[in-house]
Amino acid sequence: MEKAKQQPRSITYVAAITEGVRAILNEQDNAFVAGEDVAGAGSVFGYYRGLLAEFGENRLFDTPISEKAIMGLGVGAAATGCRPIIDIMFMDFIAECMDEVTNQLAKMRYMFGGAATLPVTVLTMSGGGMNMAAQHSQCLEAWLAHLPGVKVVMPATPYDAKGLVIAAARDNNPVFVVLNKLSLGIRGEVPEEVYEVPIGKANVVREGSNYTIVAVSRMVHEAVKAADELAGLGLDAEVIDVRSIQPLDTALIIKSVEKTHRALVVHEAVRFGGIGGEIAAQIQELAFDHLDAPVARVGAPFSPVPFSPVLEATYMPNAAKIVAEVRKTLEI
Amino acid sequence: MARQPVRRARTNGTKSEAKSATRSATKGATKSTAESTTRGTAKRPANTAAKSPAKSSKKGRARSPARRTAKSRSAAETGTRSATSGPSDRVLQELHLRMARIRKFEEAAGGLMEDGKIPGALHLYVGQEAVASGIMQHLSDEDQITSTHRGHGHLIAKGGAFPEMFAELFGKASGYCKGKGGSMHISNMSLGMLGANGIVGGGPPIAMGAAFSNKFRGTDRVAVCFFGDGASNEGSFHEAANMASLYKLPCIFVCENNGYGEYTAQENHQAIRDVADRAAGYGMPGVVVDGMDVMAVYEAAGEAIDRARRGDGPSLLEAKTYRFFDHVGMRGMGLTYRSDEELEAWRRKDALLSFEAMLLDMGVMTKRKLTSFYKKLDEELAAAIQFAEASPFPDPSELLEDVYSVA
Ligand SMILES: Cc1ncc(C[n+]2csc(CCOP(=O)(O)OP(=O)(O)O)c2C)c(N)n1
Ligand SMILES: [Mg+2]
Repeated sequence: MEKAKQQPRSITYVAAITEGVRAILNEQDNAFVAGEDVAGAGSVFGYYRGLLAEFGENRLFDTPISEKAIMGLGVGAAATGCRPIIDIMFMDFIAECMDEVTNQLAKMRYMFGGAATLPVTVLTMSGGGMNMAAQHSQCLEAWLAHLPGVKVVMPATPYDAKGLVIAAARDNNPVFVVLNKLSLGIRGEVPEEVYEVPIGKANVVREGSNYTIVAVSRMVHEAVKAADELAGLGLDAEVIDVRSIQPLDTALIIKSVEKTHRALVVHEAVRFGGIGGEIAAQIQELAFDHLDAPVARVGAPFSPVPFSPVLEATYMPNAAKIVAEVRKTLEI
Repeated sequence: MARQPVRRARTNGTKSEAKSATRSATKGATKSTAESTTRGTAKRPANTAAKSPAKSSKKGRARSPARRTAKSRSAAETGTRSATSGPSDRVLQELHLRMARIRKFEEAAGGLMEDGKIPGALHLYVGQEAVASGIMQHLSDEDQITSTHRGHGHLIAKGGAFPEMFAELFGKASGYCKGKGGSMHISNMSLGMLGANGIVGGGPPIAMGAAFSNKFRGTDRVAVCFFGDGASNEGSFHEAANMASLYKLPCIFVCENNGYGEYTAQENHQAIRDVADRAAGYGMPGVVVDGMDVMAVYEAAGEAIDRARRGDGPSLLEAKTYRFFDHVGMRGMGLTYRSDEELEAWRRKDALLSFEAMLLDMGVMTKRKLTSFYKKLDEELAAAIQFAEASPFPDPSELLEDVYSVA
């Protein structure tokens, strides 16, 4: 299913999400979308726009501003036969319902000895770069990936956004689809047909022979830019889009490192305690003998996301920082 | 769009508000007759407001300055204190000053954001000025407030200075938060302003904590928490209200009910019309007040704040109000979630303009004084904006400062 055949058609990341959700609402009678301003406004990011008119208010509805109850609605409804698509507007607000996620959603099936099935899909928006300051810009995916029982995918392209939304909603487990603000306007080829991007499969977006950059979400695009620059330094960098951080496609990453012998992991989230640490650890565990250099990491510095444009620009990981880190590690 | 919340909201509002007006008028057992009368007056506009703002413009004229003056004076003659006695000219002028400063600041800031000069998102307070102003008139710098994402008005009413405020909105080093917070986190500890908040419902627990601290430290200070109708659905509000009441904390919960949480009308986010009803569940007084009438807010706030200072515990004050601009910025995203007629009807109840008309009528203000007042205000704004624009951005090395206290 992954390689859908159709003539090329370019749409935005936002439109791709809409198509994914539409496909699911068409396909699954028990699916519904619940969240703040998802119906009337079609989400403040616009990715449900038009769906209310198509599917009606039983399938998409605006909830009160009550994240704990919204997530609980998802848990209870999923446990009893629905397939909820829960929208948590900004990822920062996941903190409001983190108990519901951590202590209920993630563990209910296990605690019940496998008796409960929780096909909950959570769509939420992460990322900085828009001067939205400390409470509307965070990347908290590592919190989620740390929880046995949930899956976490992070599309970087319109193609993956649609395919991962569909795969997430068809999955019988809780899946977080962590979206990215600065990616909303990105255009890319997206087939009109319904397709899945399998959860847990990474993607080589640029092939290379002597350096591996493992990138998360929007950092994929920065990594590709960095790879172009690194070419000038004699490095032929391979860029891997992890697409899913839980489960993580360790096999693909290791295969690449066995070929290139050097690796860097990049994400927008704070570097300390970020998923990059886990990926780097796995690389050194599983490919130690292949490594010619320490595994490098690029992530945000250890501070909240600042408001001031100058400080936020300093804060955000980007291609230049990737290049600088590569040069530092390789001493070139 | 399938939703017609507004029409339903209005009809619903009629009954329940009438109820709560009666309730609140009868509730405060300690009140003298003079007080209840004043409160009744204060409350009547609230009923008309939510019932049909369109109609209320007529009523608005009926509750004309002259009548109010008469009422206020008679209350003054009873010799009771602030909330019931007719406020002095100085108080009236200060209330006006607070409202006008908010209005002018917000219009200027909104324009700068729309022009792309101020980065990020601004949630403008225009329309709701009477609420912050009427309440802050009772507070000193030692009393604390917690604010919301729509926080500029609260800070201005609490004494925030334009230059530092604009500088913060521009992300400059000279801003109140060194440019680190911006509009959604603007704060000033020395003014007792514990921050705007990007998290809906972020304020109530913090205000409750500040109120606890006031009591714990043996002061007579109060903490006021502003929050929206939308925020009244967050668990944080309910948990804070319960604790504040249990511990009899000097905390005043002020719900600014502007009828919407973002693009969702109140009737689509809660099954009640008066957030004040929720006070009963926590054993505290709940009062509905016309948030477009600064005198009504001032009077009701005075009672709640006096009560808190006396050590009698928290209150919930709900001000029926309206935001004149969109949820974010002035124009917003172009969504049609409320009608032009509704907006116009509320604009006709403009708290600042009607208060100005009243002051002119009372002779507290003259047309000439008003003209020079606004001229000065415009000059002050222009200078503040110039200061902000000319200020440097923070040095990139500032990024890692202030994460921890190193002292
Ligand atoms: C915890 C949380 N959930 C959602 C949001 C997004 N959001 C920002 S403002 C807002 C509406 C708030 O409505 P209300 O409390 O009535 O305040 P108003 O905007 O009307 O002043 C929402 C949903 C948020 N900032 N924080
Ligand atoms: Mg509101």
